[in-house]
Amino acid sequence: MADAAAPPDGRPLVALRGVCKHFGAGASRVDALADIGLTVQAGETVGLRGPSGSGKSTLLNVIGCVTEPSSGWMQLDGEPVYDGRWLRSDLRRLRLFRIGFIFQTHNLLSFLDSTENVAEAMELAGVRPREARTRAVALLDYLGVGHRAAAYPGALSGGEAQRVAIARALANGPRIILADEPTAPLDSVRAGAVMDLLRRIARDQQAAVLVVTHDETIFDRFDRLISMRDGRIEGEEVFARAGGAA
Amino acid sequence: MNLALRDVRRNKLRFALTGLGVGMLLGVVIAMMGIYEGALADALRLPRAEHADLWVVQLRTFGPFAEPSRIPRDTRDLIRRMPGVAEAGAVTFQTVQAMAGGKPVRLWLEGYEPGRPGGPANLSAGHGLTESHYQIVVDASSGLRLGQTVPLGPYRDPYTVVGLTHGMVSSSGDPVAWVTLLDAQALQFTVPPALARRERSAGRVAPTTADINAVLVRVMPAAAPAAVAGEIARWKHLAAVPEAEEERYLTLFVIQKMQQQLGLFMGILITVSAVIIALIIYTLTMDKLRAIATLKLIGAPDRVIVGLIVQEALVLGASGFAIGLVLIEQVKGYFPRRVQIEPRDLAVLFVVVIIVCLLGSVLGVRAAVKIDPAEALAGG
Repeated sequence: MADAAAPPDGRPLVALRGVCKHFGAGASRVDALADIGLTVQAGETVGLRGPSGSGKSTLLNVIGCVTEPSSGWMQLDGEPVYDGRWLRSDLRRLRLFRIGFIFQTHNLLSFLDSTENVAEAMELAGVRPREARTRAVALLDYLGVGHRAAAYPGALSGGEAQRVAIARALANGPRIILADEPTAPLDSVRAGAVMDLLRRIARDQQAAVLVVTHDETIFDRFDRLISMRDGRIEGEEVFARAGGAA
Repeated sequence: MNLALRDVRRNKLRFALTGLGVGMLLGVVIAMMGIYEGALADALRLPRAEHADLWVVQLRTFGPFAEPSRIPRDTRDLIRRMPGVAEAGAVTFQTVQAMAGGKPVRLWLEGYEPGRPGGPANLSAGHGLTESHYQIVVDASSGLRLGQTVPLGPYRDPYTVVGLTHGMVSSSGDPVAWVTLLDAQALQFTVPPALARRERSAGRVAPTTADINAVLVRVMPAAAPAAVAGEIARWKHLAAVPEAEEERYLTLFVIQKMQQQLGLFMGILITVSAVIIALIIYTLTMDKLRAIATLKLIGAPDRVIVGLIVQEALVLGASGFAIGLVLIEQVKGYFPRRVQIEPRDLAVLFVVVIIVCLLGSVLGVRAAVKIDPAEALAGG
């Protein structure tokens, strides 16, 4: 099972036990997730691989509190959130403050420029507009796209758009970052750069980064790579590296 | 951050074109309202311009504008001698069709006695009638010019235009014209000699040319119009209709059908506008499904999503209203009939448009609220 991974700082930010998710009932029942046990530590970058239908995205949705599990137990950032039922009603706020999402197709709002895309996420969390803009520009600088702060998504390259999307995911300082195929639209050089960035974020901000990917060229950039099949965790590889690779 | 305004700012052309479409639709509604108000103003303009306290007409009739009224000419003298009556003037009304300068001209013709109640109002050029026959004062909307002659009557006698008025039209939109009472009676009641001979040979009395349609009465300052009207009705067996009542008859009997017609049409147009606005808002929402799912996923509350949709609907409605108003203000002068846009009507329509926009956004709001945040995570 994947729970056995060695945490870089010993603090689990994501913990799942016996999590199941099925769709339908009777003969048409599909078990999307079966008895999933998983922990991800602060500062750790974990990859999820597997064929289509293996349950990777469903697992990401469950951890993101977007899809309710059918059974099991789940704790996020030290707080139990699911134990046979949701333990808190304001999952939206949980997502807003503790989870950052990065998508396959950046999903930036096309009518907002880079700064506004990042600042909007901060304003949703109650940050004043002026302060949100200042912090958004600083975050874009940190991610190397400060020079594109006024550009709209349509004018950004794939790599730039993905960095702006990462900035938005980091807007409210989440401890858990979930990324669904973040390097899919990028070439191998840019994909590697994005992964290095995610590793740097995990290390600098002591966040747990969970990445769904098919991209074999970035497998070696994870601390652990978990393989899934038919809704189950099939195995995992642990990549030992000295001093991290950012 | 106001997402709706930023979306509008980013998609200016799209919103401008959509606003133009909605604006044209609302422009038609504003035009309908203006046409009704214009027709009402036109219909009331002539009776108001006469400055009469009472309209004396044939018994059990509602006045010369609502239905035919025929009374003897000496009625005016009888009325004039009654207590409380300051002035009385005999008038006739009829519609005439003529050809002038090779073009057809349709006129609402009033015959009056110069120096007595009745006659042209809003004279903008020339002068009133100075001779007993063959002079005419017409409204400028007829297209006739000073000095031009208009052939009228069974013998096509030439009437010379000596005066022009401004803005005087009948309830049906025909320009008003004035001739002397004698000329008007001749035009209305004279029959060709052959027809008169046939009538006489058949033992029937030839039509008299001494009838009139109404007597306009101005009462003395100390007299009450209602009391004078009561006396006229009691002793002269005539109907004496107060000015306000005459206006009410006009509105009720002559304009009401038009009001109903335009009202129904406006209702249909507003319903169509509501459906179109709802479809536009729904389509705009559908175009933003992924953005809305993303917003929900990153933690935006429903009020942010609802605000985005409702505010865009309101921007669309308000800009459409403004565009429609500007369009109609630019083209209203080209309508064949008066288009009179009243601030009161505009205020009511604006409120209706806002309500329509709020209702129209319900469909989009429903779709947006139902969107599963997980849609944002779906590959795309």
